[in-house]
Amino acid sequence: MNRQAFGYVLFVVFLAAIPMLGIYPIFAMKIMCYALFACAFNLLLGFTGLLSFGHAAFLGSAAYASGHAIKVWGLSTELGILYGVAIAGALGVVMGALAIRRSGIYFAMITMALSQMVYFYFLQAKFTGGEDGLQGVPRGTLFGMIDLKNDLNLYYLVMAIFILGYFIIWRTVHSPFGQVLKAIRENEPRAISLGYDVERFKLLAFVLSALLAGLAGSTKMLIFVSATLSDATWQMSGLVILMTLIGGMGTLVGPVLGAFIVVLLENKVGDFGAALAKLTGVEWFQRLGESVTIVIGLIFVICVLSFRRGLVGEFNAWIEKRKGTATNVT
Amino acid sequence: MITIFGIPLQAFLGQLLLGLVNGSFYAILSLGLAVIFGLLNVINFAHGALYMFGAFLAWMGLSYFDLNYWVMLAIAPLIVGVFGIFIERCLLKHLYKLDHLYGLLLTFGITLLMEGLFRSFYGVSGQPYSTPEALRGATNLGFMVLPNYRAWVVVASVVVCLLTWFVIERTRLGALLRAGTENPRLVEAFGVNVPLMVTLTYGFGVALAGFAGVLAAPILQISPLMGSNLIVVVFAVVVIGGMGSILGAIVTGLGLGVIEGLTKVFWPEASSTVVFIIMAIVLLLRPAGLFGKEK
Repeated sequence: MNRQAFGYVLFVVFLAAIPMLGIYPIFAMKIMCYALFACAFNLLLGFTGLLSFGHAAFLGSAAYASGHAIKVWGLSTELGILYGVAIAGALGVVMGALAIRRSGIYFAMITMALSQMVYFYFLQAKFTGGEDGLQGVPRGTLFGMIDLKNDLNLYYLVMAIFILGYFIIWRTVHSPFGQVLKAIRENEPRAISLGYDVERFKLLAFVLSALLAGLAGSTKMLIFVSATLSDATWQMSGLVILMTLIGGMGTLVGPVLGAFIVVLLENKVGDFGAALAKLTGVEWFQRLGESVTIVIGLIFVICVLSFRRGLVGEFNAWIEKRKGTATNVT
Repeated sequence: MITIFGIPLQAFLGQLLLGLVNGSFYAILSLGLAVIFGLLNVINFAHGALYMFGAFLAWMGLSYFDLNYWVMLAIAPLIVGVFGIFIERCLLKHLYKLDHLYGLLLTFGITLLMEGLFRSFYGVSGQPYSTPEALRGATNLGFMVLPNYRAWVVVASVVVCLLTWFVIERTRLGALLRAGTENPRLVEAFGVNVPLMVTLTYGFGVALAGFAGVLAAPILQISPLMGSNLIVVVFAVVVIGGMGSILGAIVTGLGLGVIEGLTKVFWPEASSTVVFIIMAIVLLLRPAGLFGKEK
């Protein structure tokens, strides 16, 4: 058994043990949810070289679709999740087909504009509940047997979903298909000249990423029993970019670490601000908790200026430098 | 009463004017984006935040220093421009050799930072700003009542846009700028200080955003989020127009504003999405944008 596999086994054991360690399960589930979202996003940015600025559209639409299907249509939980994922995938086909017509900076702007359109749709549509969002979605039971109202049961479901999603991404990246994606990222004209239908590969990667982001969205809906507008805002699209950037784009573990850091930050910035206010006597720091965006913006700037490889990327580079060989943690 | 397709003429023209006002903002902002992108290859996400900054400067000038609208209309763009030069010199400069996407991400971070700061001081609710005395009231044109201030916004924006177009397309300075866009190294070899030109271009581009912000102050609520709501639409405008042409940016901006205004009359639910729908159609038919060149 090699080191990488050993690391993964250790990590899964740790995940399974989290509820016993006294960590608040909702918090851990939220992190796994965002981690899956960031991994899905990273499949596109890190492994295909496409910066989507509209991934919140998939998270949000899957959450709304699942919520609506379960609450109003009375679908079972697992079918509701599947429905949400399918909706996100369908949206991915439409958005992807439009966006891949331009590349680079335009791709980012188009995905952002299209996701804003989706946002406006959710804002106005009747079934979403507008500003209030879709509240009180019943969690139901899994396959009619396992009661998901129990946080512990739900935790293991979320864990299974996270591992499944991560495995799909891992498998994709290490498949011939993933190699072609990397080739497109490195040198698109060359990939074309080698005979690859680049547009089709890009679209496939986009849809796959959308499906997985949708899976994260449906799961998030299940955890918080609600779907809200904030899931579909461009701020959310920005947040997932930040998670990937902090952790290390183009690495598999990076986005998971990034999601952990960002969620932790969102929850703890208020305490940190209060402590800072006490320490310095500057009243203004008290308000840091309300405006997490300042901290997030600052981290964004720092990451882009001096930390572009992210934590895992820097770690890999450090290992390589020390060893002088090319083993990676990915 | 005269009606057009069952809509009273006054309401119709009122929405048309409102559309023109919005279109003016789209035009100024997309123009600034296009100028900056041409030379720096950076999509300036912070454009919306700097527009908001301009509006806030107008408000701050009046409430803290008792400087009236006209003074701030001159000073605020300068301050925003200097602030932009600071951003370019300290931050953006380090990213030119990298993928263009990093410029977008950096300016995105700056946007969050600025919005967060303004929010922590002024909250999310809007600050009111009264229309300058000289432009209050409305003129009766016979067929419609024209609010003076709105007319002024459209005229001022169009004049500024055309001046920018003139400088870039018809003067020696503009020729240098266009040459720098084509091939900065060659221009530098001719003894032109290209880095300085880049800095000043960025400063000028964001000053335009600041100018638009001051113009918007009396008609829109001045709130920390006013810029980011606008910038996404402006992105769509830029995709529709293509960033190759200055005049194209102006025409597209104004045109889309008018279309948006008309949609508000005939199909109000679609008015917030119509620009994005047009963008999708343009992408299908002419991916490079209406005025863009396929590279």
